[in-house]
Formats: sequence, structure tokens, C-alpha cells
Amino acid sequence: MSRELLAGECPNGHRSYPTHPRCPDCGDPQSATVDLADREAEVVTWTTSTATPPGVREPNTLAIVEFDLDGESVRVLGQATTDDVDVGDTVRPVYVDELRDPNAGIREPESQDWDGFRFEPV
Amino acid sequence: MPRVRMSPVACIGASMTQFGQRDEWVVDLLAEAGQACLDDASVDAADLDHLYVSNMASGEFEGQTGVMNALAHDLGALGAYTQRVDQTSASGGAGIYAAWQSVASGASDLTMLVGGEKMTHRTTGESTDVIASLTHPAEYKHGVTLPSFAGLTARHYLDRFDAPRESLAKVAVKNHRNGVDNPHAQFRKEIDVETALESPIIADPLRLYDFCPVTDGSAALLFTTEERASDLTDDYVVISGIAGATDTQVVHERDDPTVMGGVVESGDRAFEMAGRAREDVDVAELHDMFTILEFLQYEGLGFADQGEGWRAIEEGVTARDGSLPINTSGGLKSKGHPLGASGVAQAYELYQQLLGEAGPRQVEADVGLACNVGGFGNCVTTTIMEVGE
Repeated sequence: MSRELLAGECPNGHRSYPTHPRCPDCGDPQSATVDLADREAEVVTWTTSTATPPGVREPNTLAIVEFDLDGESVRVLGQATTDDVDVGDTVRPVYVDELRDPNAGIREPESQDWDGFRFEPV
Repeated sequence: MPRVRMSPVACIGASMTQFGQRDEWVVDLLAEAGQACLDDASVDAADLDHLYVSNMASGEFEGQTGVMNALAHDLGALGAYTQRVDQTSASGGAGIYAAWQSVASGASDLTMLVGGEKMTHRTTGESTDVIASLTHPAEYKHGVTLPSFAGLTARHYLDRFDAPRESLAKVAVKNHRNGVDNPHAQFRKEIDVETALESPIIADPLRLYDFCPVTDGSAALLFTTEERASDLTDDYVVISGIAGATDTQVVHERDDPTVMGGVVESGDRAFEMAGRAREDVDVAELHDMFTILEFLQYEGLGFADQGEGWRAIEEGVTARDGSLPINTSGGLKSKGHPLGASGVAQAYELYQQLLGEAGPRQVEADVGLACNVGGFGNCVTTTIMEVGE
């Protein structure tokens, strides 16, 4: 179980979260990663979803946050630790074993991982 | 972009079933629309060269795969080439593209497209999950749904462009008003702005009336060459422009959350192919799965600058009596959204409008546009249709 929040990086310095085999910007293979787990980010936008699918907490507050890496931004979407978030808030990633019940939804539980990071206002 | 000389393609028949909560399963819904379409054009199923079925998830919803084969058998179209077209919510538009290609290339002289979905036997949570399964694993594990993308984007749009929250509610009010006059619509009920703004929160800041319902239904279109169409009937429409485009799977990776690249790309190409300007469009069906999407498509297609699309609803431009009526059918909002049927039903509305068959919904129109969006702008097809000569 990885406790890293890895963005992919290509030789031309483009970054993305999640990682992709090829850089979405230039098409070169992503050859490196940057761990975002110990960095802070800023909330770009958020929503609280009150109609969630099977196995997902209800309500489910989600945020798109932006990490600043040497002037280049990388955005990440994830659950928030609280319903009390706002645009512009500074947040930090907090590790969670299981973000939703892998056995309740339509997707095959073994086909992907279910741990990850929620965002907590600092 | 390669340029190939293609034969002009005409649409000579169209149909849609009642949308809403239906007892029939998907193949029966497809057969109902398919037979009605054949009857509309007085064409025999045995004469079809190609038969396409637009459908997102019959396997996931009811454990029925191979729906194109089942439909061909039930209609008596044996011998025809059949294919199911899945592009999630944009399956209908993608089906129009496939049907257009089949005739334009000369591979088929007579092609029918039938789109349909059966969803309402599932709980809303289950349906939401089937649709959310199109997301990347990094999104899916957080419980992201398509409505939650709409909430995230709407908040950003309203904040950034200083648009009033009421403008979104007015989209719902307009499309519900239009749906009252559509006999096939799931909801034929007017609502007011207050009702929309006081309805339960689904994905903050969006509320119940910002979202389309879960729907069963089917729609169909019949295509042939323009040359053959003019022999068969006096009343037909032509596809003058059509293009599809794809954006990122991971929604937050887009450079600008308020720009749907697939809408921009497919729109630009469809306008170029049709040789039409934005102001030539008389009526449009946009994919209002969520109210905010009507603004994003209106802007992405070039009818307004970025961040200005909300002014069109405030100024009445997009009302039925405005200069560019949007979603005269009631849109997905009130007509309903049976995934694979929706893009086909958009073209059915254009067909009726262009041929003067839209009854109380009729507007004056020679050129119509439909934009069908899959995922949250992940896959998009834009189609421009015009009255045949």
C-alpha cells in the first residue's frame, strides 16, 4: 500500500496527476514521479454531493486542489476531510486506507486500489 | 485533417418513443422506435444495409448484451450489417456519426440508427454508479459522480465569471416550459425559479432541478444518400456538418475547468464542414444533462464568449421566441435522458423543427445544430442539419 501521492513527470517537465504512460501535453513517456503527499495545496473549487453511489459516504465533499511545483501547477481531485471547505483554503493531504467500500460498487474490486488521500484544511 | 469526397447524406425518417418510466426492456424499446421510424419513411426493414444501435450500458443495466443483433432479428433486418455504438452519454451522437459515415462512404445505401437505454429499474444510486464507472480509477475511488463534476464546475463558473445563481435555475425553467409541449417528454410540468432554487441540494451549489432525470426510452433515424432521398420523399433533411472530438478522461487535468475541448473541437469542425457561420443556426439542441452544461456548450460552440453564455438565458436569447432557441424539445432536463437515446432524440427534434412538424414547439428554422456530450465533456459529437433542397 503506497502512502505516496504521485504525479507523473516527463523529460520536458510537464506533470500530471494521476500518472499516465505518456505525457498528456507532449506525448513523451513520463519517466519520473513527484510525491505530493507532504506538500500543501489550494482549493480551486469544491462540492458536497448528497446523492452518492453504493459504498460511498453521504454526504461526500469533494475538492479540486492545486499544488504549486516551482511555478507549475498540478491539480488533484479528492475527498475533503470536512464539509467546511472554501475556495482558496490551504489544505494538506491526509492518508486514508479505504476511500469507499470496494465491494459495493459496480467496479471489480481487484481492478484498482481504494486507498488514497483526503484534503484537510490547514 | 484528411479531406475525402463523401456523398451528401439525408435523413428521411425519424421517431422517438415515450420517454420516462417504461415497463419494456431495452430491446423492446429499441424495436418500438425502430419500427416507428421505418413506418415514418415507408421503408421495409429487409431493405436496410446497415443497422446501428446507440447504447451505453445494456449489459450493466439489465445483463443483456448483443442488442444490435437482437434488434435486427426482431425487426426483420437479417442480412444487414449491425453494430452497437457506445460512447457513454454521447452514444447517440456517435451513432449519427457512424450512420453518416456508412452512407457517405458508399458502404450503405440505407442505414437505420436506433438509440435506447433502460435505466429506471435500478435505484438512482446504482444508475449513478453505472455512469460514474466511465471515470479514471483515481476519480472513481473518491466516489466522484457526473453530478459532482457539475457541482465543482458550476461553483467555479459562477465565482469566476460573476454569474448569478438564478441564471442556472432559468435554464431549468426554460427547458421545463419547452417540455410541456413535447408529448414524448418525461416531465410536462412548468416550474418557477423559486422552486428550482429551493429544491434539495444534490451537488452544492446545484440542486435537484439542475439535473436531468433517470429515464427509459428510445429514438431512431433513417439515412440514405441525398440523391435517393429526393426520389423517395419531398420532406427530408441533410447532414451538412458532423464531427466528433475527445477530451481528457481525468476531468481535473483540463487546463481550464470551464472549457470543454471536445465541444470546441467538434463544433469548429462541424461548422467548417457545413460552411456555416454561428449566426446561420436557427435552433439548437444542447446536452443539458446539468444546467451548467448549457452555458459551457453555448460558449464552446462559439455562440458567446467564454464566461458570457449565462447572459443569453437572462436576455431571453435562448427562449423559444428568442433569436437562438435552445432545447425546444425540453432538453434532457425535462424530456429525460435515456443515455444511448439522447443524441438520437436531439436529432429527432431538429428533424421535426426543420420539416415544420414540431406542432406547438415549432420555431422558424432552416439550419439546426445538436451537441451530444459523453462523460463530462469527455467525448462529444456536433451535428448540423439543414432542410433538403
